[in-house]
Amino acid sequence: MKNSISQIKKALIEKKISVGELYDEYLAKAKSNNNNSFNLVIDKENNISSINDSQSRYDNGNPLPLDGIPLGIKDLFCTKGIRTTASSKILSNFTPNYESFVTQQLLNDGSIFIGKNNCDEFAMGSSNETSYFGPVINPWKNKNSQKDNLVPGGSSGGSAAAVAEGSCVASMGTDTGGSIRQPASLCGIVGLKPTFGSCSRWGIVAFASSLDQAGPLTNCVEDAAYILNSINKHDFNDSTSSNHQREDYLIDINNSIEKKIKIGIPSDYLEDVSEDILNQIDNTKKALSKHGIEFVDVKFKTTEYALSTYYILAPAEASSNLARYDGIRYGVREEGESLDDIYLNSRTKGFGDEVTRRILIGAYVLSAGYYDAYYRQAQKVRRLIKNDFQRILNEVDFILTPTTPNEAFKIGDKLDPISMYKNDIYTVPTSLAGLPGISIPSGLSKNGLPLGVQFIGNYFEEKTLLQLAALAEKELSFNE
Amino acid sequence: MSNNWEMVIGLEVHAQLKTSSKLFSSSPNQFGSEPNENVNFIDSGMPGMLPVMNFGCIEMAIKTGYALNFKINKHSVFERKNYFYPDLPQGYQISQFEFPILSEGYINIESGDNQKKIRIERAHLEQDAGKSIHDIDPKYSFIDLNRVGTPLLEIVSYPDLSSADEVINYISSLRQLLMYINVCDGNMQEGSLRADVNLSVRKKGQELGTRCEIKNLNSFKFIKQAIEYEFQRQINIIDGGGEIEQNTMLFDTSTGETRAMRSKEFSHDYRYFPDPDLLPVNLSQEQIDKVKPLVGELPQDKLKKYLDNFSLDKEIAKIIIAEKQNANLFEKMISESTVKPKFIAVWLVGDIFAFIKENNLEVNSLNDKTKDITDLLRLISDDVISNKAGKEILPKVLNGEGKPSELVKKLGLEQVSDSGELEKIIDEALVGEEENILKFQEGSDRVLGYFVGKCLKATKGKGNPKLINKILLERLKK
Repeated sequence: MKNSISQIKKALIEKKISVGELYDEYLAKAKSNNNNSFNLVIDKENNISSINDSQSRYDNGNPLPLDGIPLGIKDLFCTKGIRTTASSKILSNFTPNYESFVTQQLLNDGSIFIGKNNCDEFAMGSSNETSYFGPVINPWKNKNSQKDNLVPGGSSGGSAAAVAEGSCVASMGTDTGGSIRQPASLCGIVGLKPTFGSCSRWGIVAFASSLDQAGPLTNCVEDAAYILNSINKHDFNDSTSSNHQREDYLIDINNSIEKKIKIGIPSDYLEDVSEDILNQIDNTKKALSKHGIEFVDVKFKTTEYALSTYYILAPAEASSNLARYDGIRYGVREEGESLDDIYLNSRTKGFGDEVTRRILIGAYVLSAGYYDAYYRQAQKVRRLIKNDFQRILNEVDFILTPTTPNEAFKIGDKLDPISMYKNDIYTVPTSLAGLPGISIPSGLSKNGLPLGVQFIGNYFEEKTLLQLAALAEKELSFNE
Repeated sequence: MSNNWEMVIGLEVHAQLKTSSKLFSSSPNQFGSEPNENVNFIDSGMPGMLPVMNFGCIEMAIKTGYALNFKINKHSVFERKNYFYPDLPQGYQISQFEFPILSEGYINIESGDNQKKIRIERAHLEQDAGKSIHDIDPKYSFIDLNRVGTPLLEIVSYPDLSSADEVINYISSLRQLLMYINVCDGNMQEGSLRADVNLSVRKKGQELGTRCEIKNLNSFKFIKQAIEYEFQRQINIIDGGGEIEQNTMLFDTSTGETRAMRSKEFSHDYRYFPDPDLLPVNLSQEQIDKVKPLVGELPQDKLKKYLDNFSLDKEIAKIIIAEKQNANLFEKMISESTVKPKFIAVWLVGDIFAFIKENNLEVNSLNDKTKDITDLLRLISDDVISNKAGKEILPKVLNGEGKPSELVKKLGLEQVSDSGELEKIIDEALVGEEENILKFQEGSDRVLGYFVGKCLKATKGKGNPKLINKILLERLKK
């Protein structure tokens, strides 16, 4: 079992280890791993003043909430003075002069960034295979086929692999249609996507603005609460940031929820799933039933439309969000005879296939004559999906689903985009509804690979969602 | 011949709003800075940057809504208008499309001797783009992003205009109103007010023809030239058996001609969709009502007041209300003095405006001199000094060289209004003028002028002409 944030903080307070030694330990791991989980690691000397400041706060007995904790940051967060690429060629030379809101909160709370995690290009992918810097390798191996390199999931694949392999204590990811929860599940760790509007999007390279949400990937639920306490704040500079009162997510994390809990299991999610996946749901149900939690069957009316809706709306927004990468002001420029040539060359060479595909889909569904049939229709369906969730969450407190339909697969296995998109079947509907979801490890597959289950809560109910997840985690914990 | 033809014109007027910061960023909104000085990470389209709406722009739109008789919509939506150009860093312009903030307004303009109501379809908020500069280097173009994100209100009329003069009147009236309610500085040279002209032609009474849009006109002269050229161009094509293609035209200011920039076939598909970075604008009735008192008195209200209450001459009244600062100066003088408003108005549009023009001053710069001006006007209207002396002293008063009464003394310009003294002078002047006196008595009025002049000359111009006139008449009629 890897060390949790509270264990590490205890060791730092008790002087069993220094902040510098802690950094060395994780940095060594980050540098020696062969999983390609980082696009960039930060040498100790470049973090030395943060390390020293942190150590002196421990020495003075007033450490900050995340003091000295080495974190991995998905290469989608703009980090001041540190190259930020979105794992794309077109931004491969880009160093921002500003710090994203979320990472700034983490710095304010004393954490130290060990590097920028590899991810799918512009967060578009479910296997981390679309990165310009090459695929990330899942630290887990299929016990029946040890030599095969498996995907870590995506798009926050590097963030998930880095935590799983132990090269950072926790990491930051972003989730648009499952990009935190799915890789967390495939790498055997915890991944939380907060309610849309919880954590500011300011300074995060945008994929689909109405869906993108930052969140932590951690070894345990309590660590997720640590990170959420830091990053979940109102930001005036993000117009979609909610200004509701935030709670302390840590304080009651190990206490049981006061009221009686009812959890819905959507039967329509479990048609045609493998025994491996069914086992996860059954185990979770059994474990939590012991605590007096009631389970009921629920049925969505909109599940079959979720993926198509997502693959209209997300590319539509992406096609516009990615228009700024034109090679004119920053990023990689390919020269050309005319302005149109510069655009054409820079963008053709700067973007990979999956990104290009989504820009084309997005431009198509927004174009004159197709807007009503695709984009407008998809917006209507999105509203129905939200209503569908609302209807079910009026009956139950939480929803339990598998996180993914399958275990980690071999790199190169799912070449066809549609079968890749289907990997997000359980996470996409939650994203469209804007609801919070957390994936926790629930057991191993027949091949000895980790699988996860997802709990979905109501809007801004992260506190009880984390309490429930912590309870389930205790019952379901398994050893590698 | 163009006699049977009429033009049908609709206008899109872009007014830059006079806010201190931009529509979606905190960068200063000002003209004339060094290139790329007023640009922040949002304006330059850096990764992960997000727009935050400046509510001041909404208030200005609401004010405009009141002034132009619009329906002010409680629900409006910012959308993205997608196209690529180097001076558009985000790759899209944030604008309003399906749900504009203002709809269905109108303005009354003058058309010949009549008033004409011009209906306005909508007005919406949007960002301005930057500027591309192509004439510095033979190989490279340069980009100035200062203007990026400047708030614009695009005001779209119905095709209710039917001559270049009407178009000019329409834009002038809009400009005047926008300046009155303090939402736009109206400076066309700096691009604060620009117009796109949509023009088609038809034989009188026939269906609407195919229109062409002439983009980005920023002076009355060019607007008039462009309209007249385009009108004739379209007629010539149709008369020659051709058909009008729906084109976007550019007006070449050096040749005075319009030429096609792109045809409809190559027109952009802007792929509008609601901007997911921004929430819809939802206004309460209270928020809308709160703006109403800020609108203030509009030009047409002032005109009525000036004619009805102050009995000004209509032409003079129009000159005064043409710009709000004129009206402000005028009303300040009225409130500070008992001199008749009509008398003040004549002097204001005459000698005072002439002085301002000659010295290249702002009307506002006289705001602290109004007391001195009205004191001087009081001396003139009370016949303490002559009109002529007033004209002489006015520039000195406006230059701050002294108080009017002191200047009058110093320059010895006080009128001689002592009738005893004047009678003496007049009696002397009439000596040896028997022949002319006889002419007057035979009915020649011209002779009176001659005598007045002679007497004034004898007083070195200081004699009160009215009094001289009076005494002379008494003497001559004897």
